Amino acid sequence: MADSESLITDEMRATIGKESSPTTLEVDKTSVRMFARAVGYTDPMYYDEEAAKAAGHKSLPAPPGYLGTPVFKPGGASRGPSSQSGPQPSRPLNRILNGGTEIEYFGPIVAGDTLISISHTAAFEERQGSIGQMLITTSKTVYKNPAGDVVAIATGTGIRY
Amino acid sequence: MGANWNDISEGMSIPDLKKNCSTQQLVHWAAASGDFYQIHYDIPFAKGTGLDNIIVHGALKNAFLGQLIADWLGGAGTIKSYGCSYRGMDFPDQDITCKGVVTKKYEENGEKLVDLEVWTENPEGRKTSPGTATVVLN
Repeated sequence: MADSESLITDEMRATIGKESSPTTLEVDKTSVRMFARAVGYTDPMYYDEEAAKAAGHKSLPAPPGYLGTPVFKPGGASRGPSSQSGPQPSRPLNRILNGGTEIEYFGPIVAGDTLISISHTAAFEERQGSIGQMLITTSKTVYKNPAGDVVAIATGTGIRY
Repeated sequence: MGANWNDISEGMSIPDLKKNCSTQQLVHWAAASGDFYQIHYDIPFAKGTGLDNIIVHGALKNAFLGQLIADWLGGAGTIKSYGCSYRGMDFPDQDITCKGVVTKKYEENGEKLVDLEVWTENPEGRKTSPGTATVVLN
């Protein structure tokens, strides 16, 4: 039965811990406003720079969960479920679910910041669930500000089945 | 305004945050987050992958939990870490109630810290995005 075969190949294991090329992400006033609006914030500090400054921020603060917008490159991979890149599992898995998100913050992120992120796959795991055989990929992304300080580390879990 | 260290006790609930996503809000989120996966706005596509309907982005629910915590802090503190797992799907035009409970209040390295359990709840009362957070009070 093909289903009992391991989904995780040696080629996949070899990618664990390998750092991606850096991604440049911009945090600007428009992107902070878009994010805050999409979530439903009503606090003016996410929309109005004077209100942000009155609240002690240099400019509009990035709401929790917002770690900048990658600079778009035509022809590049679109953002979203990223676990489809790299070596593929032993059996094609076309369905993707987001398994979870964890963010640790080490410094403020505000409009005007340009961040550099580098990701790596931390682990592959396979599990039998209600949706069948699942491949669970844990990835870590480290975000640094231009001074080289780590401002956030995000851990994401992707589920493919 | 905002959370006050002296008023915080272990076991206390923080104020709920109620959400109910229109499909329009999901489109706002797709644009804001850059996640254009079609299961979140294209019903035939979503059904083609075996889903019953389009589903709310997991990361949006995570952002809701961020707002739950930020609204409670009200500028009186900052989030050190937070996150959640996506254990159940949520759908547009259904209530998503974000909740939080203080699990630990402590001082460490001169910081006033609070750990919380946070989660989103669907209309049946099921925790669809259980998570945790640690905040530092000013």
